[in-house]
Amino acid sequence: MSSRTVEYTVGRNPEMGVDGSVARSPLLPFDIPEPSLDTENMLINIGPQHPATHGVLRLVCELDGETVKRVIPHIGYLHSSFEKLGEYRTWNQIVTLTDRIDYLAPLIYNCAYVMTVEKLMEIEVTERCKVVRVICMEMDRIFSHLLWLGTTAIDVGAVTPFLYAFQERERIYKLHEAFTGARITTSATRVGGMMADLPEGWTDGLQNFIDTFLNTLDEIDCLLTRNQIHIGRSQGVGAISAEDAINSGFTGPNLRASGVDYDVRKDQPYYDYETYDFEIPVGQHGDCYDRYLCRMEEMRQSISLLRQALDRLPDGPIDVEDPNISLPSKTDCMSDMESMIHHFKLITEGIPAPEGDCYMAIEGSKGELGMYIVAEEGGTKPVRWRIRPPSFVNLSVLPKLAEEHLLSDLIMINASLDIVLGEIDR
Amino acid sequence: MTLDEIKSGFDAIDEGPHLSESSTISLAGEISDPASHPSVAALLGRFGDAILHHRVSSGTQHVVWIDPSCNLEILRWLRDDPDQRYDMISDLTAVDYGAGRPINVVYQLFSTVYKRALRLRCELPLDGLEIDSIVELWSAANWLEREVYDLFGVTFRKHPDLRRILMPHDYEEGYPLRKDFPLRGRFSRAEQTRRALNQAVEHSYIAEEMELGRDPQQATPVNGTQEGDAEREVR
Repeated sequence: MSSRTVEYTVGRNPEMGVDGSVARSPLLPFDIPEPSLDTENMLINIGPQHPATHGVLRLVCELDGETVKRVIPHIGYLHSSFEKLGEYRTWNQIVTLTDRIDYLAPLIYNCAYVMTVEKLMEIEVTERCKVVRVICMEMDRIFSHLLWLGTTAIDVGAVTPFLYAFQERERIYKLHEAFTGARITTSATRVGGMMADLPEGWTDGLQNFIDTFLNTLDEIDCLLTRNQIHIGRSQGVGAISAEDAINSGFTGPNLRASGVDYDVRKDQPYYDYETYDFEIPVGQHGDCYDRYLCRMEEMRQSISLLRQALDRLPDGPIDVEDPNISLPSKTDCMSDMESMIHHFKLITEGIPAPEGDCYMAIEGSKGELGMYIVAEEGGTKPVRWRIRPPSFVNLSVLPKLAEEHLLSDLIMINASLDIVLGEIDR
Repeated sequence: MTLDEIKSGFDAIDEGPHLSESSTISLAGEISDPASHPSVAALLGRFGDAILHHRVSSGTQHVVWIDPSCNLEILRWLRDDPDQRYDMISDLTAVDYGAGRPINVVYQLFSTVYKRALRLRCELPLDGLEIDSIVELWSAANWLEREVYDLFGVTFRKHPDLRRILMPHDYEEGYPLRKDFPLRGRFSRAEQTRRALNQAVEHSYIAEEMELGRDPQQATPVNGTQEGDAEREVR
């Protein structure tokens, strides 16, 4: 498994344990006994409207001085009941709900959803479609990690990486817009294919991004990776062991930072990921700093995946050629009776599904993103559509990670988990 | 157009989605040889009667229906047995089919050691929506079980902190993901607004938090100084 590990040589203070114990050396350097003050614990409310909670997250903390004794997260402020709404919509109509769940990586959600429906209906998408979806997903992995990178840097006081990161995000926004017509609410996928094929010249734009993005990433890397302030704020903070991380449901970069090389792209491959050449960065200490390193390396690996995908992008149709699944072209629809009937049936009724249930997971930007769908025989709407939200499970570990840390560390730990509240509350 | 006519358009939304009469959905999937998945064969050998059905869904996904009263025992064995080692719980959710059918609690397991997935389902009748909590096996189940409790009303016995999670802690309209729950909620928009506007600040804190710490303004002054009181008088 060593080939999956990416080695970094960065100084690490041995006093900062990986068992989650506090690094308290900076606070009392001269063996001065802590004065015993007759103090009481305090209840502090952070959020729901607070920039450092990265969304409408509310944390109620019990503090002893500056030390966090207990955190109780409150979520649900963005609850829109997507799962309930989905039960009233046909398979293709649900696609528009999926990108509103995680607005930081909408294309990953579009792809995860249709992949599950296709697995349930046993539809094999075309080769071109597979590669286009891989491009979409890897692009949005960078898209999501860049937001995490910028906002986390801001939380620990570095403003410049935020500006650099958002400049690069803007380029991906433009690629989104050129492909789907929307910057955030992309809704790019359809059952059995994509909304449209890639527009002409789009791959050149992506190639341009691939060629120049790594320069910016290197600059951010220079600003943060060996930065004493950043290291001091993140090393040894919020550490979790590999065993605990699996048991508490960590997935994605958070889990890999603890040293577990679980990645859905490698362990349950989809869209021919097993044929791409890429590595999974794995950390050792499971603290905020290792989570940072893992995500930084993942962006580099995504760029490598994008290059490989562009190289192999085959010609050919992007939608499956089955009139019961894919919409006919507008020209056919207006001139050919049979196409018009198919069009009418698909729009008004939807695609009938076989009876069954299906759980498919993909490696989202935040962790294992699962979709669970239950359908009845011939049903054009799901009986149950369940999203397995990675951020939701990751956030549930926050109280354990933040215990006995400083309040300022709580902000860093929360940032390092890379949560998105749209997905947590759904 | 009268008010009644306008209303009738929303009937489908108020009634909620329902299955066709003929649907036998609760046992979806194809019957297959249990030996095709090593864990299923081992489960049948060890627990016998507690394994109710086995199906294969969507081509390759093995689903096992187990007796709800042994869920803790079976899941503990699946996690700890050296030949199974399902150390990761990918998902825990529930499915309601409506029309008085039992609610299914679904466990989606994955073994990072053997790279195998397995889905377990427990059928709970509507008059006995109780099942043992598995938080002692996986702490990941904590919030997932709270979510199922919140949205489906399934009670998890011995759960350390069973309260609503996505909906407000004192939500009174029922369980939103049940099939008989109307899409727009049970209370009118006016009633919802009225309740929201009538909430006191204390309402935003659960009972546990009210006991936890104190408001800084209310803290008893140290060494008998009355600074806090004086400050309050000035205000």
